[in-house]
Amino acid sequence: MDFWFSEMHTGNVKISVRVDKQLASVQSEYQRIDVFESPQFGRFLTSNGSIIFSEADEFTYDEMIVHVPMAVHPNVKSVLVIGGGDGGVARELEYYDEIEKIDIVEQDKKFVEICNTYFPDSVRWLSDPRAHVFYEDGLRFLRGKTGEYDLIINDCTDPLGHAAGMFTKEFYGNCFKALKKDGIMVYQHGSPFYDEDEETCRAMHRKAFKSFPISRVYQAHIPTCPAGYWLFGFASKIYHPLNDFNPERWLERNIKTWYYTTHLHKGAFMLPKYVEDLLTEEEK
Amino acid sequence: MNLERQKHAPVYEALERFRKLRVVPFDVPGHKHGRGNPELVQFLGQRCVEIDVNSMKPLDNLCHPLSVIKEAEELAADAFCAASAFFMVGGTTSAVQAMVLASCKAGDKIILPRNVHKSVINALVLCGAVPIYIDPNVDKKLGIPLGITVEETKRAIEENPDAVAILINNPTYYGICSNIKEIVALAHRSGMLALVDEAHGTHLYFGNDLPQNAMSVGADMSAVSMHKSGGSLTQSSLLLLGEKINARHVAQIINLTQTTSASYLLISSLDISRRNLALRGQESFDKVSKMAEYARQEINCIGGYYAYGRELCNGGSIFDFDVTKLSVLTTNIGLAGIEVYDLLRDEYDIQIEFGDISNILAYISIGDRIQDIERLVGALADIARLYIKPKRDLFTAEYISPTVKMTPQEAFYAPKETVTLESSVGKICGEFVMCYPPGIPILAPGEVITRDIFEYILYAKEKGCSLQGPESLDVSTLNVIK
Repeated sequence: MDFWFSEMHTGNVKISVRVDKQLASVQSEYQRIDVFESPQFGRFLTSNGSIIFSEADEFTYDEMIVHVPMAVHPNVKSVLVIGGGDGGVARELEYYDEIEKIDIVEQDKKFVEICNTYFPDSVRWLSDPRAHVFYEDGLRFLRGKTGEYDLIINDCTDPLGHAAGMFTKEFYGNCFKALKKDGIMVYQHGSPFYDEDEETCRAMHRKAFKSFPISRVYQAHIPTCPAGYWLFGFASKIYHPLNDFNPERWLERNIKTWYYTTHLHKGAFMLPKYVEDLLTEEEK
Repeated sequence: MNLERQKHAPVYEALERFRKLRVVPFDVPGHKHGRGNPELVQFLGQRCVEIDVNSMKPLDNLCHPLSVIKEAEELAADAFCAASAFFMVGGTTSAVQAMVLASCKAGDKIILPRNVHKSVINALVLCGAVPIYIDPNVDKKLGIPLGITVEETKRAIEENPDAVAILINNPTYYGICSNIKEIVALAHRSGMLALVDEAHGTHLYFGNDLPQNAMSVGADMSAVSMHKSGGSLTQSSLLLLGEKINARHVAQIINLTQTTSASYLLISSLDISRRNLALRGQESFDKVSKMAEYARQEINCIGGYYAYGRELCNGGSIFDFDVTKLSVLTTNIGLAGIEVYDLLRDEYDIQIEFGDISNILAYISIGDRIQDIERLVGALADIARLYIKPKRDLFTAEYISPTVKMTPQEAFYAPKETVTLESSVGKICGEFVMCYPPGIPILAPGEVITRDIFEYILYAKEKGCSLQGPESLDVSTLNVIK
């Protein structure tokens, strides 16, 4: 049997993954969710036909979106994860004992149920007493919060899909308000390579740059992302991702990682010329 | 309403049959199913250009409907509980004008509130009827014109027993409804026709617990913007007629100005939208009402804004309120509505219907999703946080009562001279001036340019309202009567 999952990365580029079998297909109120078993990437989950994460490469962004800010901010007690229903981010956060509260806002309850069924390892956080899950819209949740969080992680990936509201100026503005006076927000910044994605990437930086005093971008290599290349945004009120980076303190924690290292932390902020250029253009 | 019949969409079905026939076109339009204009096909899509065809026997003719369009119009009449219905392709403007032209001739009096859409006064320019304005009451706090009361209508009728018709808005752009039932009854008792501009009221025919619609209270004609809350394509509209109206005469009036090349894109969109409303309208508008109510509640929690609703009702000038309308007073955060409107678009990529001096209006419809509502509310919260200013003496009056010196037609055709805006004060205006949207004239031909109006125009210009109407594009000069 020749069974392939294909995703259009642009109108002219398609990535295909050979599939053993399809494990689930559900239409929720917000998205169509499918789960596949594949020889190369293990289990992977798609939303409206786009890969959200796979067992093989999810460690990359889970680690990069958590350890980078955690190695900068000296004292994180209260964290908000938006769209973190798959649990990967919460799993990385669990390594930090000083965190007292992890609020997870996931609009789609179906999504969590599917993850719970097919990726039980990822949703361990459901039983962590520090974690609280809120099934509601991220923007709505944020509106009621002022000066409450040290770190906000926006784990929504698709700026054009049902979570489009999490990539807007109002979102960044409401995050700024919900953060304490030394808070940090990190977010999925998309992929800058293809023309169609570039504009979205520019718009995100423009909005974050206007909303926060410090706004830097870092990168990672993720095979299932468009062009295999993914960016993250680091928006912060006072801490600079490199100047305030404390590698010794982080190394003392002895956290086992597969992607993140303290060397990589510095390297990840060194961007290719074309990316640097497009970001600088949006800062004018 | 016959639900079984409403499942049909005769024009749509005829177009589907026609498409499969693969008829070789030796008639207009010259693009010939798109072949002659590949760039247009690339942009609009094959399906779209394929049905952009001319009137012909199997597809009927809008100017003289005998088959599928006739049937589709009958279904529309049935769905809206009207005696007859016309598909209109020149916007609701054409429906409003047909209503007025079918009711009044030169010299006839027509009673109407002054906060009508410009299309109504345009029709008066065309036919020479004389407007008798009823002052809409103005809410001082919100700065918006309201509905007309039964008492004021009664007085206007007593003072002008020779008037031939009364025209009312149901609802206004802001969602305000007058006591349409009583006003229609009053008109009929006095031998006058009752005309209703329902440009913002398509949903009143289908939703639950919404204000009364014109046909249900026995109005004679109503112009219904299907393309607003009804979901059809821009520019398509309906004219509904009551029992007493001679539909054949109205057809002749419509044909005075209607195109003889009506677009099947528009006609089929009316047909398909009518079917959708008849079958699913109630459920859809329940959802719209709920979304608007939710948005109102959330916006009022932000602080500073006032998203108003049914609590405004006072039994008179605000007899009822259309809860699907989301109008928000913004002046308490120190910003004019138009400023919030511009911020939403420029900074937050959110386009709302309009912003005026004191309010914004977001149009909630069957196409909305709750996550988009969250974006709007989130953006308003962020604007309040970032842009709040001390409340200054912002202009409040959205409506200034006019002083009418000549009929619109006399003034429009009278000899005129061009003077600067500053020196036009005290003169009689020869043209329209309005902010668009909402398109309610600040000045109509024949009205005196008072100092209040002059100041209002300056303020609206300064705040960035799009002023339209006069020959002078930036309204630096006005044409006044010599």
